[in-house]
Amino acid sequence: MDSIPRIPLAEWTDALIAYLQSNFGTGTQAFADGLEGLIKGLQGLFIALPPEFIIIVIAIIAWWLAGKKIAIFSLLGLLFVYNLGLWMVTMETIAMVISAVLLCMLIGVPLGILGAKNETAHRIIMPILDFMQTLPAFVYLLPAIPFFGLGVVPGVITTIIFAMPPVIRLTDLGLKQVPEELIELGKSFGSTFWQMLIKIELPLARPTMLAGINQCIMLSLSMVVIASMIGAKGLGGIVWRAIQTLNMGKGFEAGVAIVIIAIILDRITQNLGKSR
Amino acid sequence: MIEINNLTKIYGNNTDKALELLRKGISNEEIKKRTKQVVGVRDASFTVKDGETFVIMGLSGSGKSTLLRCINRLIKASAGEIIIDGRDVLTMPAKELEELRKRKMSMVFQRFALLPHRTILDNVAYGLEIQGIDKEERLAKAQEVIELVGLKGWEDAYPQNLSGGMQQRVGIARALATDPDILLMDEPFSALDPLIRQDMQEELVDIQEKLRKTIIFITHDLDEALKIGDRIALMKDGQIVQIGSPEDILLSPATEYVARFVENVNRSLALTASSVMVRPRYVVHPKDGPRTALNFMEKHGLSTLFVLDRFGKLKGYIKAEDSSELTAQGVKDLAGIIQTDMPTTRPDSPLADLLDVMAYTKVPIAVIDDNNKLQGTLVRGSVIAGLAGGRGGDK
Ligand SMILES: Nc1ncnc2c1ncn2[C@@H]1O[C@H](COP(=O)(O)OP(=O)(O)OP(=O)(O)O)[C@@H](O)[C@H]1O
Ligand SMILES: [Mg+2]
Repeated sequence: MDSIPRIPLAEWTDALIAYLQSNFGTGTQAFADGLEGLIKGLQGLFIALPPEFIIIVIAIIAWWLAGKKIAIFSLLGLLFVYNLGLWMVTMETIAMVISAVLLCMLIGVPLGILGAKNETAHRIIMPILDFMQTLPAFVYLLPAIPFFGLGVVPGVITTIIFAMPPVIRLTDLGLKQVPEELIELGKSFGSTFWQMLIKIELPLARPTMLAGINQCIMLSLSMVVIASMIGAKGLGGIVWRAIQTLNMGKGFEAGVAIVIIAIILDRITQNLGKSR
Repeated sequence: MIEINNLTKIYGNNTDKALELLRKGISNEEIKKRTKQVVGVRDASFTVKDGETFVIMGLSGSGKSTLLRCINRLIKASAGEIIIDGRDVLTMPAKELEELRKRKMSMVFQRFALLPHRTILDNVAYGLEIQGIDKEERLAKAQEVIELVGLKGWEDAYPQNLSGGMQQRVGIARALATDPDILLMDEPFSALDPLIRQDMQEELVDIQEKLRKTIIFITHDLDEALKIGDRIALMKDGQIVQIGSPEDILLSPATEYVARFVENVNRSLALTASSVMVRPRYVVHPKDGPRTALNFMEKHGLSTLFVLDRFGKLKGYIKAEDSSELTAQGVKDLAGIIQTDMPTTRPDSPLADLLDVMAYTKVPIAVIDDNNKLQGTLVRGSVIAGLAGGRGGDK
């Protein structure tokens, strides 16, 4: 077996990245600039708004979508985070999560529709998603650096890659689950492709799609924390620094804040599909 | 008018070979064995007239749904023609097909197929929305049909809050809202309880009376077919084995299969007065006089006799005892004793409606046409024979 020369997969990968970088560098740069603008804009907004205001708004949204218990939990949880002095970094993290999720939806929903409508597309997309999800996150944190350097942008981009698969998968699944009779209904009245999609298929796929978005949010949150290793600050940054300096207490505080944010986001978005 | 010529649908991905075998007369089973293709509809031809309710009936798997879906091309037929307004649906371009579906025909589904995220009003307005009619106008129109099907007050409810029967009313309202010429109904009442089902059948007949649509209605229930169909087509293994009026199907089944299908039906629904009446052999004219009438009745053992004028129009009947009294008095004219309180009916009245009358009347029921001409009489013996499955009447 050893007589076969080693396949230089690592070298090929390096070559591919170098090629992409030199040929698509400007395109990716423009994308990165746009994304950075979005993240920085959101961060700026969240930090500019008074914390009391944000806390109350989130509590109200939680009440509306998830009930009294979650509303009270959100209120107390966020006050606790504020009290720990982690407000700014938490807002940074939330801005990153929101940016990543928005882009996941922007890219993932159309890809999911494509997969549901076109068998060939489905057969191409699904293995790629498997690959994206099983590849250890660290492995594609690294290639992001030559493209986007260190910092928030590559962190969010790796987050997008990591968190997008459930959006695509569940959009595809939700559309395929629309009962045959309702598809026939649409066609029998002469609906066009877009009318079918907008008036029948997407509304019926909505609960499944929202489950995908919920998963996407949770994955984004976890990845944004990991992405702090390549300079994406936020709560993850505190944890990362705590690990490096063996500051157990600080690391634990940030960890608790992450859990609180995770629970709030999860409970609120879990109920999006159910409401109405 | 819908004209269907030699329509064939073969399921599978190699239909050419299967079609070739089918044209040679090879059976469905043999075709499946040799080519792995499933024959859904096999060489079906028929014409549905404007304003007609055409029922397609058959056991599960006989190809009814397939045939219906070929008509609006939800399923693309493998061969044949579907001519509507002189155009072949099978070969028309996609845009034209879309227009046809939008304006010319609509469909009612077995499991209702209501959109759960829309209110009843918006469900009914769906077809109009697809046509691009503006909101105010389409909601007004939807409101109108909702009232037609008796769902006033439920406009803002959601489908899941309605019973099955009400949901199907919504389905029917939605199909009517676009005012199509053709309604395709695939077992619309099969999912409903028997009582609700009967109500719906009657209501459909009422609505049809008002609107006169061309309806193609699928069912596996013969009673239902007899009740609402102007004509019935019976399918077996993708083929149409008989097409005819309800009476044709009942009284002269074309094949053993149809005969078995028809065996257990409630015949009173399908039989009409004309199919079980007896030709009026024994009648008198007013000028015949009481003595003649009396002799006639004694000879044939009758207690009553219908009286006709010289144009054959029914004037009434006389009783044997009155005639003998009149004879004793020496009166020459029957006019004084003609009674007019006999039950009458039209030739096309369903027998079901006459059974009650039959039960209490002492005089035979007179079957008269629009001009009051006597066509026949209903006597117990022939009615019972008709119900029992023999050939009713002696026509
Ligand atoms: N998509 C399909 N692929 C392959 N075979 C099919 C398909 N749809 C129907 N068939 C077959 O075609 C035949 C006719 O089916 P169809 O659904 O038209 O019957 P049906 O008379 O409507 O029955 P039912 O009363 O159960 O609705 C059956 O043998 C069925 O198995
Ligand atoms: Mg069927």
